[in-house]
Amino acid sequence: MKKSALPDPFAQAREAKGYGTVEDQNDPVTMLLRLKDVRKTAKDTKTFQSGAAPGRIVVPSEVSIRDTRQIPFEVDPPMHGEYRALLEDWFKRPEQPDYRESLEEIITELVDEALQMDSLEVMEQFALKLQSRALTLLLNIPYEESETWIGWGMHVFRSEESALDGDKAAILYDYIDAQIDKAIEHPGDDLYSVLLDSEIEGRKLTKEEVKGVMILTFAGGRDTVINAVTNSIAYFAEHPESLTRLDNEPEITAHAVEELVRYFSPLTHMGRVVTEDTQVCEHAAKADTRVSLCWASANRDASTFENPNEIVIDRKMNPHVGFGFGIHKCLGATHARQVLRVLLGVLAQKVKSIDILEQKDNIEDWGEFQRKVGYDSIQVEFHRKD
Amino acid sequence: MAKITFITSDNETIVAEANSGSVMELAKDNNVNGIDGDCGGVCSCATCHVHVAAGDFDKVGAPGEIEADMLELEDNYNEHSRLCCQIDISDAIDGVTLHVVN
Ligand code: HEM
Ligand code: FES
Repeated sequence: MKKSALPDPFAQAREAKGYGTVEDQNDPVTMLLRLKDVRKTAKDTKTFQSGAAPGRIVVPSEVSIRDTRQIPFEVDPPMHGEYRALLEDWFKRPEQPDYRESLEEIITELVDEALQMDSLEVMEQFALKLQSRALTLLLNIPYEESETWIGWGMHVFRSEESALDGDKAAILYDYIDAQIDKAIEHPGDDLYSVLLDSEIEGRKLTKEEVKGVMILTFAGGRDTVINAVTNSIAYFAEHPESLTRLDNEPEITAHAVEELVRYFSPLTHMGRVVTEDTQVCEHAAKADTRVSLCWASANRDASTFENPNEIVIDRKMNPHVGFGFGIHKCLGATHARQVLRVLLGVLAQKVKSIDILEQKDNIEDWGEFQRKVGYDSIQVEFHRKD
Repeated sequence: MAKITFITSDNETIVAEANSGSVMELAKDNNVNGIDGDCGGVCSCATCHVHVAAGDFDKVGAPGEIEADMLELEDNYNEHSRLCCQIDISDAIDGVTLHVVN
């Protein structure tokens, strides 16, 4: 097994019965493991809702630690569509050339720095910085603000002792409250101000709604991007031939990014609450229980993906669900894709090879399944091209 | 060389030509409204959904199984639906008309 591999712990259960179960605070979750079931269930937002009690569709459940509804993530149609319509254009900005150029600057600086160091720990010293600095572009706020977020360290949302730590989450909530108040006093052209000024159903968004959107852009885009970036570095360390290929054929970059997102599936699964007694893959699902859409398992489904456990860097047919599926598909995907496309470009251009010196895998515990999603830490050495 | 006519959902007509690549790429290059091509053409995002004009469907051909599985779950799916990132530009599709779904 290569050091950078992410094994598929779901294969047997996916093929044998199509689902698995994970206990969670007396509110167990039936994880759907097959691509077709995941897609079908994601589309059926009537029977499988996101707009349950705030925090309930998250696993582990956050019902006991927060009341703020995350928007548009924990909202069902028709309101969901109203919120998405408000946000969609803003979250497409990463396609603009000047956004891409700014990303290139941020990433080039980090790669140059890495090339000069004897060695570095990728999560803290590369991926967290990259993610934080890139997020200032998405929110359209000064670059310096990223220093605050980097200062919070890796575990503002997920503490090391337990996945649910209310005190740590409070840092983010207090911070966002303060930023919203600041934007009310001094409106600008940042996302806070734009949201405060937008209207839904003929009225202004409330502070609580603005908070619900902002929290999600921080929480949803943090671990996912950090893991995608770090896992990419680990992959290229063991596959320098892929770097060479990307350098010679930059036109495959977009395909490569989709393939990395499929293979890494940085968000393992996401829950839904069942609204009426029904069945999912011949398994009874009772009203008011939880199922989850396991993107990570669906993305290794051999009935659709050839060689699902291989990274095929130019995979052409790749109907993955790494960014979700249906109306809740990732709003940050344009940003995430642009980050990864630029990263691959800069690495291919500047880096000859990378050595992994030491690593500690980050293994998620989902009851019967143990899934490696990335690293707690990974020390590497970058080598420049001559 | 293939000449393709796109008709958007707000009834704008755009005629574009190319020798190679996919129809999605051609649409993006010509700023056809409603073709976003988010996934870059790997059949993952369904933001390139078109209805092929009835008389042109044989020229373009039916979707493969993986594409059909995606299409079946899309709003406004019909028997002329295609994800246009999966349609390669070639002489064979010269002159076809595509109605953009979104
Ligand atoms: C590689 C990085 C990322 C991955 C793999 C990822 C994955 C996902 C997935 C699977 C969903 C669907 C959740 C569901 O159906 O319940 C989702 C939704 C979402 N993501 Fe991401 N995400 C990433 C980056 C980001 C970033 C950078 C942001 C914003 C800063 C973001 C914001 C959101 C939001 C707001 C939603 C909810 C959309 C809705 O409910 O309509 N994500 N993401
Ligand atoms: S561009 Fe994504 S499916 Fe066609």
